[in-house]
Amino acid sequence: MIVADKKPIEEIIEEIKDDEKILILGCNECVTVCEAGGKKEVGILASALRMYFLNQGKEVKIDEKTLERQCDHEYLEEIRDVMDQYDAVVSLACGVGVQFMAEKYQSTPVYPGVNTCFLGVTEERGLWTERCQACGQCILARTGGICPVSRCAKRVFNGPCGGSTKGKCEIHNEIDCAWQLIVDRLKALDRFDDYENLIPLKDWSFERAGGPRKVVREDVQQ
Amino acid sequence: MKLKTLSKLEKILAAGHLAVTSECGPPRGSDPEVITKKAEMIKDYVDAINITDNQTSVTRMCSLAACIHLKLMGLEPILQMVTRDRNRIALQSDILGAASYDIHNILCLSGDHQSFGDCAQGQNVHDLDSMQLIQAVRHMRDEGKFLGGGDIERPPNMFVGAAANPFADPFEIRVPRLAKKIAAGVEFIQSQCIYNMDKFELWLKMAGDRGLLEKVYILAGVTPFKTAGMARYMKKRVPGMDVPDEVVKRMADTPKEKQPEEGIKICIEQIQRLKEVEGVHGFHVMAIEWEEMVPEIVKKSGLYPRPSVD
Repeated sequence: MIVADKKPIEEIIEEIKDDEKILILGCNECVTVCEAGGKKEVGILASALRMYFLNQGKEVKIDEKTLERQCDHEYLEEIRDVMDQYDAVVSLACGVGVQFMAEKYQSTPVYPGVNTCFLGVTEERGLWTERCQACGQCILARTGGICPVSRCAKRVFNGPCGGSTKGKCEIHNEIDCAWQLIVDRLKALDRFDDYENLIPLKDWSFERAGGPRKVVREDVQQ
Repeated sequence: MKLKTLSKLEKILAAGHLAVTSECGPPRGSDPEVITKKAEMIKDYVDAINITDNQTSVTRMCSLAACIHLKLMGLEPILQMVTRDRNRIALQSDILGAASYDIHNILCLSGDHQSFGDCAQGQNVHDLDSMQLIQAVRHMRDEGKFLGGGDIERPPNMFVGAAANPFADPFEIRVPRLAKKIAAGVEFIQSQCIYNMDKFELWLKMAGDRGLLEKVYILAGVTPFKTAGMARYMKKRVPGMDVPDEVVKRMADTPKEKQPEEGIKICIEQIQRLKEVEGVHGFHVMAIEWEEMVPEIVKKSGLYPRPSVD
């Protein structure tokens, strides 16, 4: 899933302080799972903002709504009828949702309520960690199912670097060395010899470097 | 042995001499004299001088410019190049720039993570990794081609080196990793600073058992301790460094004013021991901000005078 983290409320207030009618818009997908932008967080943020404006002696209408998704036309259309009631929307969806909203509703400002962080997993409640950087050309088959692009601080394809110490990365002793994990996994798969296969230069044109990407599937297009 | 390049370092190694290299860290400024003075101090005692590339990710004068200063002094630079700061366009371009000054040695590294340096908020590149940089230089030299396929007019003529750290984890891949660098095309290795002698010798033995020692020249890296504090710092704080307790103790048990002398003594003892070890083809003396001690270390280790090759 896409993992996001709540923005500090001061940052959100700075964007909306002059508005009088605000919609806080949650998303029922990834940001709900990582507890940053679902229905519950929408409620918490709305209450906190109401309290803030009350203390400021300012009358501000703050409404709450959570859509099934903010990355699909059909769900974003659900708010078309009410959009003109608001001066601004604070979207607690990931950056994808915020942008799709902005594209769809040209004349209403949409502010991000979360920082979109990475593609990751829930290791345990309250702990989400990165697994993928969407480089567009997956090499997990060659690296024992552990990704050096997202999990190595230097994204080395033929690691580990000299900074690997007791299974940890040189940048922080709480971060696992991706290449230690790869080596351990190759051994568990009885494929340790594969370690010595040189991984060739990466074609980064499938990644961010190649410009904005798209996937076109004519077979499913109507 | 047929020489592959015009490198003086390669000539010395191919002739069977124990090579001696050292390094100069460029300044945090543009004064060329910082480099030329350090080089002047050590030039008669070493065969080639590494110029570090923004080591520990602290911004400094570029390695290439500092190498050119050495070249203009008639010395033999080893251009250190990290993959942290340059994509494949910049790497190839700098290699050609170095080649235009007939810089004949390159050391291919990934570089410390930028979070250690003065631009912790900066981006890192790592378009290639160090093994892929080795392949890239060999490709440019041997095929006379760019990575993109075009022909290079007057290709680089560089002896290709890399680092090896036998002390990083996991130990079991340290020899396979050396094999991988050799397969990528590396011709000489400068090791991480050695303090755990037994482990270094075990690594060499395991490399020898796989027949790797005939395929690459290994220079053993040594760094003298100036103080007991430095020994403790290296042990605890420097990633991938293995300083045995007895070495720290030996420094700590020495009165403070005698510690520099003791550090040099340990370093010389290490060189004397490693000279006899199969697979050691020379020494890389990294006297960090203590370059003035290099002559004494080289002399007292019986590595002076340096051989002359044409």
